[in-house]
Amino acid sequence: MRLERRTHASPVALVVAPVAAVLATLLVSALLVRWAGAPVGRTYAAMLEGGFGSVFAWTETLTRAVPLILTGLAATVAFKARLFNIGAEGQLYGGAMAAVAVGGVQGGAELWGPVWLVFALMLAAAALAGAVLLLGPAWMKARLGVDEVVTTLLMNFIVLLGVSALLDGPMKDPTALGWPQSVPLAGELELSRPVQGARLHTGLFIAAALALALWQVFRRSVLGFDIRATGANARAAAFAGVPALRTAMVVAAISGALAGLAGAIEVAGRTGYVTMDMSPGYGYSGIVIAMLAGLHPLGVLGASVFVAGVLVGADTMSRVVGVPTYIADVIVATSLIAVLVATLLTQYRVRWARSTR
Amino acid sequence: MGDILDIVASLPFWVAVLRIATPLVFGTLGVLLCERAGVLNLGIEGIMVAGAFCGWLAVYAGWGLWAGVAVAAFTGAAFGLLHAGLTVGLALSQHVSGLGITMLATALSYYGYRVGFPKVSTPPTITPFAEMSHLGIPVLSQQTPLTLLALALVPLLAWGLNRTPAGLAVRMVGENPQAAEGQGVSVAVTRTVAIVVGSALMGVAGSFLTLAAFNAFFFNMVNGRGWVCVALVVFASWRPGKALLGAVLFGVFDALQLRLQQAGSGALPYQVYLMLPYALSIVALVVVARRATYPQALMKPYRKGER
Repeated sequence: MRLERRTHASPVALVVAPVAAVLATLLVSALLVRWAGAPVGRTYAAMLEGGFGSVFAWTETLTRAVPLILTGLAATVAFKARLFNIGAEGQLYGGAMAAVAVGGVQGGAELWGPVWLVFALMLAAAALAGAVLLLGPAWMKARLGVDEVVTTLLMNFIVLLGVSALLDGPMKDPTALGWPQSVPLAGELELSRPVQGARLHTGLFIAAALALALWQVFRRSVLGFDIRATGANARAAAFAGVPALRTAMVVAAISGALAGLAGAIEVAGRTGYVTMDMSPGYGYSGIVIAMLAGLHPLGVLGASVFVAGVLVGADTMSRVVGVPTYIADVIVATSLIAVLVATLLTQYRVRWARSTR
Repeated sequence: MGDILDIVASLPFWVAVLRIATPLVFGTLGVLLCERAGVLNLGIEGIMVAGAFCGWLAVYAGWGLWAGVAVAAFTGAAFGLLHAGLTVGLALSQHVSGLGITMLATALSYYGYRVGFPKVSTPPTITPFAEMSHLGIPVLSQQTPLTLLALALVPLLAWGLNRTPAGLAVRMVGENPQAAEGQGVSVAVTRTVAIVVGSALMGVAGSFLTLAAFNAFFFNMVNGRGWVCVALVVFASWRPGKALLGAVLFGVFDALQLRLQQAGSGALPYQVYLMLPYALSIVALVVVARRATYPQALMKPYRKGER
């Protein structure tokens, strides 16, 4: 068996590939649902209903999509430049902590400045915290040749332990009855909720605006060109005069900042304070979303809604038919692998015969 | 300082070090084998979860302990075959495929556990491997047979890689696949076998957690040990002997932080001690990075006839 690059993608393959990927994913998870002893049709119906079946379901799905869009964009910009940032989870918590450090108030005290200023500084601090957490590994990669995959992965554990220490100590909410939870964000800083009775917050617009902005950066700016060139062939890009170190550092700053913002917006839009379970692995899911989106910022929007819908739908489904919610993680992981394979097959064709050359 | 010396001089300390190091030895050797053949395997974290779960499940279902280890190895091999299909057969990104395998293996294990045990408040237990007290060698006689197996694998893998034709083939496809192909070595077959065997070792690494270190399966029990193994391979500059050294060193720091945490009694938050092994892993990477001689073809997918 060998792979042969297609000279141009066949239009049939472009349509068939994503459909086949979705069908393969549904088939695998159907087998697992059968194994759990639940009716497949009703399980899928319950998931669809729970994720997209009503206005409320849509608001829940979109709420869940907000952090996923931001971590998805963080992975997109980094992976496009071949900076493998697997540390978005830690950067998200770093950003959330920074947001509370700037805008948190103990026991209903007054905010220290005008709301707009504190809000802007809160977002800036979160972006900075996320960026700093990635700039270290990116610098170590560029200057010392230390593989960033391992360092960013290990940083996640260090950051999460650091956050845990802060929640036990200096940043602990003394009124939380011993529960490890940070001081709450000032009420004025919380994002407004446009839909009556739903948790959906205006962070969705911030995330979508950032996706549009990143798309334009990729398409129109010199930086976007440098990022794409570095990702396509780092040596050729450097030879052509692309500033390698600077591009790597800027990419790291943007990627880390986006992940940090994901944390701040989760706090300001949904939780109101930091806990150790505020992110069920949004940082890692961001990588899946970036790949599902083919590293396209606008694709990230769609992929985030899909993943969020699966996660939210699984919660509802689990209450109705009793299949464990972990089926959602199986579906997301399987769809990642299926889409990767499908995308490859639109670019290559498989030759089973022995090679003739 | 005297405290640390007292701790390090005590026998129970070294018993703990070896116990912590054992799964890391299995895992590190597994990653090492994959990477010497030129393929990064970030699936390790999830494969360890799957190995821990399936090995434990087999024993819980009434099979023997060694059968459980075999099931774990087989589970790891199955995920390794998937990783090989994606990264060797289809030449997909090794980073992304590995992370996908980790997510899939973890999700499948947790799903399987919840399907099998929907409403358990305390995790069901098994009788784990016993210590080899009949051995009569201090430190080693307080370990399980799996530790002995791990220690035996180190020279075995070193010999296999450096002294056998199969080992030469593995190193060739990891350094220069074009040349290997020219010599009649199949890059696809060699890499696939290396990944499958390496992943089987990762499965065994996971089974140590449920069949020897603890007696039950918990969520998050692997807790980054797989990633530590990936770091240790760089630290070991892809040599089995140094991998053992790295795993033991990590064990020393991990055992030390536990004891310092108890002795320190609240001078520092306990999380600072827990950070220590991860932070030192990064420091170790920085220290060796300049001298690191990566397998030349690592992370470079090979497509026959394409340069």
